[in-house]
Amino acid sequence: MSGGGPALEVDHLTKRFGAATALDDVSLRVVRGEVHGLLGSNGSGKSTLIKTLAGFHTPEPGAALRLYGRSMPLPMTGAQAKAAGLAFVHQNLGLIPELSVAENLFMHDLTMGQDWRLNWREMRSRARSIFGDFDLNFDPSASVATLSAVERALLAIVRAYRELMEAAEDHASRPGVLILDEPTPFLPRSEVDHLFRLIRSCTGAGASVLFVSHDIEEVRAITDRATILRDGSLIDTVETAQTDHSGFVSSIVGRSLGAYEGATKIRQTAEIAAEVNGLSAPGLGPLSFQIGQGEILGLAGLIGAGAERVPGLLCGAVSGARGYLRMGERHFDLATISPKTAVAEQIAYLPADRLGQAGVGALPVGDNVAMPVLDRLFGRFGLTSRAINTYAAQLGSTAGVKPNLPELPLSALSGGNAQKALVAKWLQTKPRLLLLDEPTQGVDVGARQAIWEALDTATQVGGMAVLVASTDYDQLASLCHRVLVFADGQIRQELSGAKLTKDTIVEACFGVERAA
Amino acid sequence: MNMTPSDPATRAREEELTKRIAALEAKLSAIESTRAAPLKDWKTVLERGGLVMAWGLLILILGAFRPEQMFAWNSYATMLGSNAMIVVLTLALMIPLVAGDFDLSVAATMGLSSMLIGVLNVKMGLDIGPAVLLAVASGAVIGAANAFFTLYFGIHSLIVTLGSGYFVAGLILWASNSNTIAGISMDLVNVVILTRFLGVPLAFYYAAALTGVIWYVFQYTSMGRRLLFVGLGREVAKLSGVDVFRLRAGAFIASGIVAAIAGVLYTGMRGAADPSSALAFLLPAFAAAFLGSTTIYPGRFNAPGAIIAVYFLSTGIMGLNFLGVDSFVQNLFYGGGLILAVSVSQLIRGRKPMD
Repeated sequence: MSGGGPALEVDHLTKRFGAATALDDVSLRVVRGEVHGLLGSNGSGKSTLIKTLAGFHTPEPGAALRLYGRSMPLPMTGAQAKAAGLAFVHQNLGLIPELSVAENLFMHDLTMGQDWRLNWREMRSRARSIFGDFDLNFDPSASVATLSAVERALLAIVRAYRELMEAAEDHASRPGVLILDEPTPFLPRSEVDHLFRLIRSCTGAGASVLFVSHDIEEVRAITDRATILRDGSLIDTVETAQTDHSGFVSSIVGRSLGAYEGATKIRQTAEIAAEVNGLSAPGLGPLSFQIGQGEILGLAGLIGAGAERVPGLLCGAVSGARGYLRMGERHFDLATISPKTAVAEQIAYLPADRLGQAGVGALPVGDNVAMPVLDRLFGRFGLTSRAINTYAAQLGSTAGVKPNLPELPLSALSGGNAQKALVAKWLQTKPRLLLLDEPTQGVDVGARQAIWEALDTATQVGGMAVLVASTDYDQLASLCHRVLVFADGQIRQELSGAKLTKDTIVEACFGVERAA
Repeated sequence: MNMTPSDPATRAREEELTKRIAALEAKLSAIESTRAAPLKDWKTVLERGGLVMAWGLLILILGAFRPEQMFAWNSYATMLGSNAMIVVLTLALMIPLVAGDFDLSVAATMGLSSMLIGVLNVKMGLDIGPAVLLAVASGAVIGAANAFFTLYFGIHSLIVTLGSGYFVAGLILWASNSNTIAGISMDLVNVVILTRFLGVPLAFYYAAALTGVIWYVFQYTSMGRRLLFVGLGREVAKLSGVDVFRLRAGAFIASGIVAAIAGVLYTGMRGAADPSSALAFLLPAFAAAFLGSTTIYPGRFNAPGAIIAVYFLSTGIMGLNFLGVDSFVQNLFYGGGLILAVSVSQLIRGRKPMD
């Protein structure tokens, strides 16, 4: 437990991005042998803090970082950090799935070393003994692709810990700090134990762990103390054992659980546009819900809760779904629905990956937006670029795309303008159901407003139904008529009317049940 | 961090500000576009027309040494005709490249088509017309097989077509007993190479017509646009409701057919079919396809670019032959010309990494 001297000390850390303050004078202490939680909702500054410590961001002047009493420069390189006793396990884990467990474990030695005679037998037995120290039973020759998500996280943690041990200059006086940045975004409750034991074996040898998470239960199960961030500010550092669930929630949400008030959006009709029956996929569902005509239905939940998977599953963009979708007289089997069928049935899907899945950055804006309506633009001489660009310029001026030059490549537009164009691409097809995943991620405020207005108009005038998955709770509260909150792949709560506010969504995500 | 203040006064103020920002942005972009336009146009012209200019320059330079040959229409008339089948083979390669797939079997397909004409027409006494049709059909079959293994099993096209190319090369040797078959109907030779229009063998006009057709399909039909999306953003195309599977399969089959047509021209040019020489045209076709993608529509595989690239390369080789340089120069020029030309176009593009 705690009680040792300070291991990691962060003082007066401030980070601004333009006018926005992502971190506001945050100071944090992790002591020797301690597991310290870092908790906060999306946008609270957790990731900015970790990225600043890892050297991706340069903080504002005045910040200080000390490791075991020694002042460190900010930003510092990975090698500097490691030598001083600081190692990171980032969210993506940095494993190569095609390689074996042993190759991943010794990746640093293999990539930096100058060996001319690698002894694989010896390396495997060394790997086995390292895993033995942590009570883990991994086969060193197995490929990482065959490991479960949790096992991969454990492997990444062991690797970081071992590299820390090898790189640290002086073991006894600086046993090392391990920063785990949400290594298990979707950790089944039954697996928390494994993680707990592994982390305890690390701290047993004197090391400290900073455990970043958005999951209160995980933090309560694993940590000794915890620090809560909200809107870039440090709210509190608490003893985990003496804090209950609702105590954490009120720190995260920022007020005690009292009254709330939401602006209510009213729909004009009670007609059902789409009905989802028994949608399920591995780790998700079965889910059943309805979307009304002209309704904007939000899907919320912490990362890994499953909300973000629903739009892709409903149109066949992601395979592996079971269940049915009914729209009026038409029934669709979700196991066999393809994006082609979906588009033909006026179900449009705009994925979150803007230049990977939603649009082609190398192609002109005009080609991108005209994609679904090419046949309409066919003239006497066929499909000319001029026809495409004239049409796209009209569409772009309605959607407020700036600069409205359809011949520019899509990648030349800002995130907000590219997204306006891509939303317009689908709205022009007058879909009956529009599926959105993070429609305003990385989009500036003005464009966000414009996209919301476009969606409002299309739902009110055209009766289009919208399903929007997002972790931007502010957006869901402003945009949606109704929000379904997900946890562990299930719908946990439905919020609407006056009960629909940013705070109620956050609370529901963190598992606070409210009476009506 | 609350972006949507609820009280109306703040909200109105924010909307007002948003409008003013938008107006300023519009002004700014108008200023930027007027200022940047001339420079950008000059660069665009250079980029799009670069290869044509280089071609002209090449003729002038070589002409300085051998004016009597380099400035004679006859040289070009012959060159245009005798390289027509490389143009067609390049087009065959280009179709799957646009869709994001490689087809390494085009040269073998061309060889099989040629050999089938030889076997059917000479050994089995079939009329030349049906023989040509069957040869072209063989290309469709190879393309369909490539499509099946690539798409149904999800194997990378490079592997499938490498294998099918070797397989077809084996079929050619089998069908021909490793012998050259001469004495193919003069009707074919007549309509391919002996009949000339403006001094140029008809083979060139066939290749040019096919270039036009493919250019039109890619540039002016929705199928062509969709194929472009399939090649550059397969996921985007799929999510936009495009039948990616069918378009890629179609590209493979079209590639097989066009490669087989190249085989018909090749046979007509020589009046004979030999079992191995066709395979040597794979790399020149690749060189021309990539070189062609740096011109006319830079950054995209395109038919006009392909035909210009083929004749740019063959002009260089012709000129060097006039200078009396040995035959190894062909390889030097194809290889060196490709790397040099692509490097120059990368410099113009500002060295954006290519895929």
